[in-house]
Amino acid sequence: MIRPPRESLVRMYQRMQQIRQLEEKVYYLFLQGDMPGTLHLYIGMEACAVGVCENLRHEDYITSTHRPHGHAIAKGVSLKAVMAELFGKSVGCCGGYGGSMHVGDLAVGSVPAIAIVGGGVPVATGIGLSCKMRKTDNVVCCFFGDGAVNEGAFHEGLNMAALWDLPVVFVCENNLYAASTPIAQAVKLAHLSERAGAYGIPGVTVDGNDVLAVYEVVGQAVERARRGEGPTFVECNTYRLCGHSRSDTCGYRDREEEAEWKKRDPLLVMEENLTEAKLITPDELLGIKEAVAREIDEAVQFARAGQTPKPEDCMQHVCAEE
Amino acid sequence: MSTEKGETRRMTIAEALREAIREEMRRDDRVFCLGEDIGIEGGFGGAFTVTLGLSEEFGHERILDTPISEAGIAGAAVGAALTGMRPIADVQYADFLFCMMDQLVNQAAKMTYMSGGKVKVPLVMRAPCGATTRGAQHGQSPESFFIHVPGLKVACPSTAYDAKGLLKTAIRDDAPVLFFEHKLLYGSKGMRAEKDAVSPTSEVPTEEYTLPFGKGVVRREGKDVTIVAKLLMVYKALAAATRLEDEGVSCEVIDPRTLVPFDTEMVVDSVRKTGRLIIVDECNRTGGWAGEVAAEIQEKAFGYLEAPILRITAPDTPVPFSPVMEKFYVPDEDRITDAVREVLRWR
Ligand SMILES: Cc1ncc(C[n+]2csc(CCOP(=O)(O)OP(=O)(O)O)c2C)c(N)n1
Ligand SMILES: [Mg+2]
Repeated sequence: MIRPPRESLVRMYQRMQQIRQLEEKVYYLFLQGDMPGTLHLYIGMEACAVGVCENLRHEDYITSTHRPHGHAIAKGVSLKAVMAELFGKSVGCCGGYGGSMHVGDLAVGSVPAIAIVGGGVPVATGIGLSCKMRKTDNVVCCFFGDGAVNEGAFHEGLNMAALWDLPVVFVCENNLYAASTPIAQAVKLAHLSERAGAYGIPGVTVDGNDVLAVYEVVGQAVERARRGEGPTFVECNTYRLCGHSRSDTCGYRDREEEAEWKKRDPLLVMEENLTEAKLITPDELLGIKEAVAREIDEAVQFARAGQTPKPEDCMQHVCAEE
Repeated sequence: MSTEKGETRRMTIAEALREAIREEMRRDDRVFCLGEDIGIEGGFGGAFTVTLGLSEEFGHERILDTPISEAGIAGAAVGAALTGMRPIADVQYADFLFCMMDQLVNQAAKMTYMSGGKVKVPLVMRAPCGATTRGAQHGQSPESFFIHVPGLKVACPSTAYDAKGLLKTAIRDDAPVLFFEHKLLYGSKGMRAEKDAVSPTSEVPTEEYTLPFGKGVVRREGKDVTIVAKLLMVYKALAAATRLEDEGVSCEVIDPRTLVPFDTEMVVDSVRKTGRLIIVDECNRTGGWAGEVAAEIQEKAFGYLEAPILRITAPDTPVPFSPVMEKFYVPDEDRITDAVREVLRWR
């Protein structure tokens, strides 16, 4: 197993804390009625976004889904810009036009999230095509859930990326459920990575709750893509430690299963790995955690103080202007 | 409750739709439901609870949970309908109809015609529409797209009574029916409840009934201005009419209940009386249903019109997220009231 440099480990832990704490705060605000709209939280899946994006450069891209907060933060959209977007403010990363399901900022390579399941897959293929045609060595990581692998768009996108050896890493976050539907009721395969063979590209399954494992496997896929050798399909096995959306009570899940996964909370896994290997002390971890808590409070203050769009702003940005 | 219609109960639209499906599935073995998250144990009963509890009575073969595969769902509905079944497909959000367009527009709508009338495609697509602070990809009102496609029928119930009667008719109809349900009208409870919902309930007879397509209903009688509105907009129009009553203005509010076929006659009759017409619609303006009604009525009733026909619609923008912008986007009572005053200036 490769060991990333210490600064990288610290950054990954910090990012995971940022995502976790932002979402816990957001959920609280939502339940209080302070936050509009609907929410799909990423709690329990942080290691996927962070392990993937630690391999990416500023100029690389990601595409995201209806559950995008973690992806956007991991790629470098600021906590303030994400928080303000969730509040529907003009200073949000999409100016309040997008909302929770569309957060992102192309300026840092985070394509505004696509909430149509599977919709992002061919778009990622197109971004890979563009990276290649423009003769860059940039790559795109395409995030999607286990639910997306049964959409037609998924198949068309994967096949084209494979055919043209495009620099795309397809990252499937398999959290065992698509909304209320268990994976076994949606596909016949034991591992979704088996799908890769159908397109003639490598497929790997990795422990999606172990950020270092994700980092390593995706690192290889990213290098392969940069070398122009084509796409890889990476399946990250993980679990939502929260409802699908809003106040979903998960009546379709087994409480024991939930408890088992809770023990494998990606933040706990990382804390254990780091302290056991004596790479970082518990005090240092606590320090990071507390610093992040302050950042989150600042983000909330920033978002609350931010300008609300004017109603008629609705009419702007329908088409791009010169 | 007992009325001239016999015994009735108060029901929400979600409950009325569920009862319609239950009755039709009991009545006809060919009827079945398919869609995402509709029958999972401990799940939602569809995104808005309509199919909740149905798998217990009918089993998972007839309340068929699918993968997330919209083209597959629509195509499977077409194939099953072609060969003797009567599928009711759950679209989860009407926005995902766009993922199904090929199957609906090229296949479902054209099979009967292409076969010279030899085959039929009796399917129903149940699609929840309307803006509800979920933003651009989960709040559209795509009804207008489908009125443009010959071969499809389009229903838009706004009350529980209509929802039940029209869904039963849709299921028995031999043509493909797009059945639009507004998210803010369901009256879904518990974890699926919607903020700012209107959630109308109405008296629904215990005795079985169906409602014909192509027959509108006058929700409120009036003599000065005719307002035609569908789905949530019916309630906004009624609220505007109540407000205008205080100013001595009498509005007639018509709910067409189905867009295809459309009850042109009812609107013409009303305009003959009022001479003024306003159409209120949550669809985008250009190429939308409101424009179609305006064109139809000016052709059929030009001689009776005393003012230009006005359209109150969503603007030509996607659905914005921020609640202040969304409020601007969705037509409201103020805009309807202003429009009524404007057409009354033409004397
Ligand atoms: C095309 C399309 N169909 C259905 C939905 C509704 N929907 C939103 S999320 C979701 C489940 C997605 O499951 P998965 O891909 O596994 O991602 P997860 O939510 O588990 O992260 C569904 C059915 C959608 N947004 N887009
Ligand atoms: Mg999933």
